[in-house]
Amino acid sequence: MSADDLTPRQTEGVLHPEVRAPSDESERGPGGERLQHAEAASKPIRADAPREPQPRGAKVRGNRPIDQAEAAERFLAAPMHQKAHDERLWDVRRKRDVAAHGIPEWEELRELASQIKTHTLTHLDRYLEQFEAAAQANGVHVHWAEDGADHNRIVLDILRKHGAKSLVKSKSMLTEECGFRHFMAAHEIDVIETDLGERIQQLDDEEPSHVVMPAVHKTRLDVAEVFARTLGTDPDNDDAHYLAESQRETTRPLILKADAGLTGCNFAIAETGTVVTCTNEGNADLSGNVPPLQIHSIGIEKLIPRVEHLGVFIRLLSRSALGSPITQYTSHFRGPRPGTEMHMVLVDNGRSERLGMEEFWTSLKCIRCGACMNTCPVYRRSGGLSYGATYSGPIGLIIDPTFNKRKYSTLPFSSTMNGSCTNVCPVKINIHEQIFAWRKVLAEEHRIPLLKQGMMKAAGAVLSRPAAYRAAIQTADSALRVLPRFAVYNPANTWGKKREMPHAPRQSFHAWYRENRMKKGQDA
Amino acid sequence: MSARETILARLRANRPAGDFPLPDVPRFPPLVGDDLVAEFTERLGKMGGRVERAGSPSDPFAPVRSRLDGAAVIASAVPEFSGNRDLAAVAMPTEVNDVDVAVVRARFGVAETGSVLFTQDDLIVNAVAYLAQHLIVLLDPADILVNVQAAYKRPDFGQAAYAVLHTGPSATADIEGVLIHGAQGVRSLTVLLLQRKKQAA
Repeated sequence: MSADDLTPRQTEGVLHPEVRAPSDESERGPGGERLQHAEAASKPIRADAPREPQPRGAKVRGNRPIDQAEAAERFLAAPMHQKAHDERLWDVRRKRDVAAHGIPEWEELRELASQIKTHTLTHLDRYLEQFEAAAQANGVHVHWAEDGADHNRIVLDILRKHGAKSLVKSKSMLTEECGFRHFMAAHEIDVIETDLGERIQQLDDEEPSHVVMPAVHKTRLDVAEVFARTLGTDPDNDDAHYLAESQRETTRPLILKADAGLTGCNFAIAETGTVVTCTNEGNADLSGNVPPLQIHSIGIEKLIPRVEHLGVFIRLLSRSALGSPITQYTSHFRGPRPGTEMHMVLVDNGRSERLGMEEFWTSLKCIRCGACMNTCPVYRRSGGLSYGATYSGPIGLIIDPTFNKRKYSTLPFSSTMNGSCTNVCPVKINIHEQIFAWRKVLAEEHRIPLLKQGMMKAAGAVLSRPAAYRAAIQTADSALRVLPRFAVYNPANTWGKKREMPHAPRQSFHAWYRENRMKKGQDA
Repeated sequence: MSARETILARLRANRPAGDFPLPDVPRFPPLVGDDLVAEFTERLGKMGGRVERAGSPSDPFAPVRSRLDGAAVIASAVPEFSGNRDLAAVAMPTEVNDVDVAVVRARFGVAETGSVLFTQDDLIVNAVAYLAQHLIVLLDPADILVNVQAAYKRPDFGQAAYAVLHTGPSATADIEGVLIHGAQGVRSLTVLLLQRKKQAA
């Protein structure tokens, strides 16, 4: 389809001019219909479009506060990437709506999931003990790690005992949280990502930008460039099928050679000691079933009491994430294969602390579906890497500061507070309320920039006195009418950034009411 | 204090106040109609898998014959079909890397999602379901359950060392959302509806 075939709505406004209509590249079903079950439909950028370098993420400087706004501005300045990102995630969000509306009991499922998680978290000590006992009875070695460093050391010990030098890994945000890959590189263990998106990110030396779609911020041109540089593919071939196949062919030998496999965990079942992983590529099954040594990293908040509860969560997870009824693979690892060892590492890394934070502990219910990110206007327009943290988007705004209050102090301000994240959350976390609660905490602890503090102090003074407020509004309205553009759209007025200021009315409603109604009211 | 004791102690100390009972999960009415075979077929199709009805009793494998004829290495985990790679003789999972087609029987199917379940006993070598290029799955139409909830009532999940629901072939859309089959695992999954052989009395 050429740009000439597009409707005016597709060429103007909604679609970026360099982005064309849905392509015909995805797989087809038995009836010949285009399939869209795994992830979002794509609107590829025209091959003859000028190349636009991929904007890089936030600059992380030790413990210094992340400047999310600065990174977001660079993402916005890359219109092809920004548009493609926004539209692809919005497409997933729409598919989530269709899937959710297809189940009459959707709201009941959300409520049940929320209550099951609340119950489990408030009895987590008991469920962890039950899980441990069940896993041990199944012949599994269970380890406990207080933090990321503990986790990495435990896994390294296991690998050393087996003389293992290489490890294939299935996507796990927990290991990202622990800095696992970098730690293992320093100890001369080869870690190979098996999820395509995560592999792209590994080869490009970037962190994942989304919990479900790690490379969603990249265009096919970016992937072609990374693969040409690292896998030796043809730099001029950006066909998605060619690129995916190249990755399959180059990763498989590494999977076959690997000494150990490690997977993350979507759910851990206390009753049976089972670890459940949900993937579309089957990469957790390759990691768990091919190498002679099997390790599972489990965040302690992943516990659920019984197998029957999976019936609630599995029905919610992929529908919330990508709009598909289930992931291609839902895998239940309970015991070792004959002749092999299976290890499970239960990782705290701040979770037990968070349980004691009155306003924030329910964020532990998160099942990492990414629905809040896909719906968030700030996330869609700034890209996940702009947050400079393992977890981005709305859920990141509330859990990142629990890991490091200074480094992530700016994140709770990267929100429009529209509440959409809360509305789509399958476990009913009150995300936008927790974002607001963080703002209060950070303001009280003076952890916000001086400029913002000054503005908030001034706003507080004006808003608390009606007369001052009315005077300010009148001044601002007159100023907007008469001031030249350069005076309104300058760095001092953050409200003028990326948006047009509203047209100021001749008269405020309050002034109009005083003039017309209050007098008449007195007459009546 | 060990990490275990530290974590458990912190969880007890930080336990939020309040009574949060475990809710009962009601049995939800099925999303699918009465014709479970039709529902299963449609839903698996949407997830990229295919369903075929078995051929005549003399050649039940006729609908997948072209796939089998095009394969050099066939590993069968079912008595109905003999391949040329003996899964029982496999010592290391990596040995099944050259398998073109694997034939296995599903324990049950799920109409709501178009999924099939395997355990380690059904696969014999778990890795064959991922390292093979194509998968042919035998499923008895009588073994199709109505929904995911019903699936999780089955005892298999508490008994098997490994149990997995497959819903179509390996898929990815990590490059600009283009859906691609055969991301890492099998490139295609075909379910052949074929009655289970009655166990000899």
